[in-house]
Amino acid sequence: MDKTVLPGRMTVDDHARLRGLVEDFLFKEAALLDEWRLDEWVGLFTEDARYVVPTTDLPDGDPRRDLVFIDDDLTRLRARAQRLLGPHAHREQPRSRTRRFVSNVRAEETDHGVVSASANVLVYRFRSGEGAPYVGAIDYRLLRAGADFRIAHRRAVLDMETLAWHGAVSIIF
Amino acid sequence: MELKNLIVDDQQSGVFRVHRSSMTAPDLFERERQRIFDRCWIYVGHESEVEHPGDYRRRTVAGRPLLFVRSRDGRIRVFLNTCPHRGAQICRHDAGNADVLRCPYHAWSFNTQGQLIGVPREDAYGPSFDRTALGLRGPPRVDSYRGFHFVSFNPQVEDLVSYLGGAREYLDLVVDQAEQGMRVVSGSNRYAIKANWKLLVENSMDAYHLVSTHRAYVDYLTGIGTDDSGQTMATRPPGRARALGKGHAVAENVPLNGRPIAHWHPVFGEEARAPMARVRQRLAERHGEERARRIAETSRNLLIYPNLLILDFVAVAIRFVEPLAPDRMAVTAWHLVPKEESGTRLAARLDSYLTFLGPGGFATPDDVEVLESCQAGFQATEMAWSDVSRGMFNPCPGTTDELQMRAFWRQWHAHMQGLGDTDGQDGPAGKDDRG
Repeated sequence: MDKTVLPGRMTVDDHARLRGLVEDFLFKEAALLDEWRLDEWVGLFTEDARYVVPTTDLPDGDPRRDLVFIDDDLTRLRARAQRLLGPHAHREQPRSRTRRFVSNVRAEETDHGVVSASANVLVYRFRSGEGAPYVGAIDYRLLRAGADFRIAHRRAVLDMETLAWHGAVSIIF
Repeated sequence: MELKNLIVDDQQSGVFRVHRSSMTAPDLFERERQRIFDRCWIYVGHESEVEHPGDYRRRTVAGRPLLFVRSRDGRIRVFLNTCPHRGAQICRHDAGNADVLRCPYHAWSFNTQGQLIGVPREDAYGPSFDRTALGLRGPPRVDSYRGFHFVSFNPQVEDLVSYLGGAREYLDLVVDQAEQGMRVVSGSNRYAIKANWKLLVENSMDAYHLVSTHRAYVDYLTGIGTDDSGQTMATRPPGRARALGKGHAVAENVPLNGRPIAHWHPVFGEEARAPMARVRQRLAERHGEERARRIAETSRNLLIYPNLLILDFVAVAIRFVEPLAPDRMAVTAWHLVPKEESGTRLAARLDSYLTFLGPGGFATPDDVEVLESCQAGFQATEMAWSDVSRGMFNPCPGTTDELQMRAFWRQWHAHMQGLGDTDGQDGPAGKDDRG
């Protein structure tokens, strides 16, 4: 056992274990999204959760002050999932095929039961004879729930300079 | 096909058809560049985007790389973003603030007024080398109206105020909602659509598609408890569509679900109610009750011909369309807000923009989809015509009619044939313009 103490009074083992748990959670989230199990995905969020996607030209954008692409509370997040699952979200009707790759996961317990995590995310989306990626990084604030987590904050920052490839953020990034 | 036959405008039978080659043919796309985008006034930016001396923004307008700059002397200028020396783009950042603009290639330097102020090893040039003739150059014409800046590559273009003509009334209604002027919020929507640019011009003024294409948005409003909105969309009064002359057009309506300036609706939240009532009162004091009502309680989707849309309904969007190819356009949208708004009122407005107007919202992705679907459909060339006849016999065309599109197409058709201004109206029989 490596008892080296890292900042935040975690040992290397604690740290690796935490990262493993967070990775499991993020991999599960990615699978739910790729499988269009969006109701279950919404179930991962806390009641006061927030899901934010800044614009491509202002990655530091603050939804209280700036124009962003997405700023959902749980009510709107539910509506987003319902819309995508229903027949009237024309951009995703028929649904696109997506495959998510989640890597470079970092996690740190910043407060008791509160985990700050981040991951690089690549989502390939295929539809109408074309395919293109959404590329970016997602920052999470996770609350521990036993060996599992709930998402309190999910901020997904796109690396593309514009939405020229996709015309919209029509899936969950 | 001959240019004059690209549009069928039969006032007697009430038939208006557009030949779909207008949205697919490369030669017509080239002709549009020359006859429309090289001749009209084209939007470049809003004054608030270059608020401080030295602020600059890069823009692509009518295919040209431009710099939209607030010079150190306080004046807003527009420069072609290319070095007079050998052509490199002087500025490679999208936005910033500078004292000096320096070309990365041979380090020729220019001040923010565009004057050439530095040439390394200048002594190698002959006696005829003249710095004053080698400054940055702007488009032939640059002018502004109430904070909206335009350029024209046509030295003979009429002055901007005359060009805007009947559209000014509506720009005034947008700007007059603010007490301290309007500003563009940081962050913009930049996306592209695999469709002809004219399809977005049509779509942006088209209320006929709201209930069908945007059913999911209606469901969302209903779902969050604003349950009158679904009914309102389907059954609300038709509003009115107007041809404003010179290709400009507007669809005016009663609002979908309140208006963020001063017409409260549950979607804005209870805490916004009292502040909005106070703004409504102030509007009446400043503009009189009738104009205040129009500013606060009617919405407008305004086309400034050929490619600028001011969408003033759930929020105010400046939507700029840049044609890239017959089947591809770039879209940039900015959010315009009253400078004096902050806190919960600004939050309500930002929120309102996202859900409908943003490409991550509940409506715009579906517009992108249907426009690309139209463009793909045009490949079936046996179906050669699109129909734009709705409301040709309606003496008071509503927003679910198509007069606003016909006004655009009539001007487009005249320009393509080298002809001048059109009034855009539905015919000598004289539709009641109610203006």
